Amino acid sequence: MTDTSTNKNNGQDQVLNNDKVQDNDKVQKKDKDRRKIKSAKKMRDIMTTYYLDAMTARENNKKVAWITSGGPVEPLIAMDIIPVYPENHGAMIGASKMGEDLCLKAEDMGYSTDLCSYARADISCAVVNGGPIGGLPKPDMLVCCTNICGTVLKWYEIQARYFNVPLFILDTPMCHTEYSPEIATYVRRQINEYIAFLETQTQKKFDHDKMVKVGRLALKGQKLWQKILNTTAHKPSPMSAFDSFFFLALIVTLRGTQIAVDFYQDLALEMEDRIQKGISIVPLEKYRLLWDNLPVWYQLKWLSNKFSDHNACLVADTYTSAWCSAIQYIDEDNFLDSMAEAYTRIYLNIGVDQMADQVLDMIKFYDVDGFVMHSNRSCKPYSFGQMDIMKIVREKANIPVVMLEADMVDPRNFSLSQAETRIDAFMEIIKQKG
Amino acid sequence: MAKPLIFAGIDIGSITAKAALIKDNKLLGTLVIPTGYNPVSAGQKVFSSLISQIKLTPGDITAIIATGYGRASVEFADKAMTEIICHGAGAHFLTPHIRGIIDVGGQDSKAIALDTAGQVENFAMNDKCAAGTGRFLEVMAKALEVELDDLGRISLTAEAPSKISSICTVFAESEVISMIAGQQKRENIIAGIHESTAARVAGLATKIHIQEPVVMTGGVAKNIGLVKALEKRLGFDILVGDLAQENGAIGAAVLASRLG
Repeated sequence: MTDTSTNKNNGQDQVLNNDKVQDNDKVQKKDKDRRKIKSAKKMRDIMTTYYLDAMTARENNKKVAWITSGGPVEPLIAMDIIPVYPENHGAMIGASKMGEDLCLKAEDMGYSTDLCSYARADISCAVVNGGPIGGLPKPDMLVCCTNICGTVLKWYEIQARYFNVPLFILDTPMCHTEYSPEIATYVRRQINEYIAFLETQTQKKFDHDKMVKVGRLALKGQKLWQKILNTTAHKPSPMSAFDSFFFLALIVTLRGTQIAVDFYQDLALEMEDRIQKGISIVPLEKYRLLWDNLPVWYQLKWLSNKFSDHNACLVADTYTSAWCSAIQYIDEDNFLDSMAEAYTRIYLNIGVDQMADQVLDMIKFYDVDGFVMHSNRSCKPYSFGQMDIMKIVREKANIPVVMLEADMVDPRNFSLSQAETRIDAFMEIIKQKG
Repeated sequence: MAKPLIFAGIDIGSITAKAALIKDNKLLGTLVIPTGYNPVSAGQKVFSSLISQIKLTPGDITAIIATGYGRASVEFADKAMTEIICHGAGAHFLTPHIRGIIDVGGQDSKAIALDTAGQVENFAMNDKCAAGTGRFLEVMAKALEVELDDLGRISLTAEAPSKISSICTVFAESEVISMIAGQQKRENIIAGIHESTAARVAGLATKIHIQEPVVMTGGVAKNIGLVKALEKRLGFDILVGDLAQENGAIGAAVLASRLG
């Protein structure tokens, strides 16, 4: 008898427990939905349309130019040429965990494992039409700007040979300390050559009036992007660097268009709304961190959960802010001249001391408790100098810094347990400091 | 009379599992066993063997902290913490004035800087590579047909350490094999291996500007040859306690005593 009643009670408890679990699940789901950034869907739709337009460019008598992520895209937009970014595609390959196969394929073709994984993935993808969207639309021309690295030069030369299309190279000398008059003349002259190149390729006259409009939209888009990134200075932060990595796509690919401006206006409003309603991206934000270098695309979810479990939010990063870090040099009434300077003085094309100054400014502005550096096997110009920046940050900002060795696309250069120990120890140090 | 509070620390490394108990801020006992294939059972075994040696039961233990690579597999622990924080706490407990730790374990090596209060200020770890770890020495001992524990003693008799130029464990092994084929003296090869390992590990210490006094922890601290090579490379003396291998577990027990 006793046994039966106990069992019965247990059964009731079980039912109650199940109800509790279900209620708890509902509460969690509701909380998760509330924290979700609503604009994400719209951005996915815009990106889908953008890629469809690029894929069907030929049928619509439009030309496609492949361009490096730091390249001046505005003249392309003004000429109605569709820009396509192998680096954005590389990020998609990484995030969809297709990087290893494509890198291996490039290595089979004879490329070194030391070559940038964006380059490896793009080079092999062009041959096998692989990746999440079955390869990029074929280019009619290539535009390569050396402000982000030297690798792009050879990478684009390879693709120019493979597709047998013309290549324009915009060479931007490194501005270690200053933007000298010689650099200014040198880059400005190339902008003229760039325009002449586009006129030849399209058999059309360059439309200077349209260029003015595009320039204004580009600046407007960058200012909005900056505004959105600035919202994370609020405590708790309405979004994290993991969201910026995602929302970055438009300021890269559709810079200079009304679409990007409209989208970022809405996103900025959503962020302000979240701040007003107190909706944070990390449920219990207690620690605020700054991220350096490109994302580890194939581990975004793991990293985001890892930091969130420590009640830490990556509130800002040096990567996504690079698309608005040169706003100060842009003059919308004299776009082409000022563009030369703005594109030459981007984050990756300046001296280490200046990079460190920008990092220190961000630490202060976003009021962060720690600095997470990704030593990226692929991106040499980004990773070179990190030890010096680390030292400067420790001395001047006196916050803990951790270095994670990884790669943006090739997962073979990432060790989960090593990264976990480093992040856990780093967070333990931050917590110890109180 | 209130029951005395006893705290346990369990450190599951890639090669050995360690446990430590402290009571009234004094060390009650430690134990080291091989981790083997199963870190979960290694954690249970090292803990239950140690408490039964001291004639205690699990109920006598107030709190447990697990650390090391297998820290997540110790399900009965109250909390898991990284070996970096635990080594800091352990070294400070055993030698309060210590400012730097060089920890070389089976799978990785680290340099840890402590502040004057014994809290971890900064650390550096080897990257995804076996060079400069206990595993590297294990591979070399095998190639040289020498017991791992004898490496240190033998290397002290070297006249002129051989030069190992490869950083990669796999390449270094083939380099060692060609040295054996070239009939270089075993003690010189071993001393060369220690110098190459010391160079890797010292790099971590200088990266974080480690300050004296420095203690060496982890199983590899038992290798006197490597300790000497590190001292030569860094230009200062390194302390090695009797409990170098158990240091992480001791630190975990110390931190367990601070759990609220």
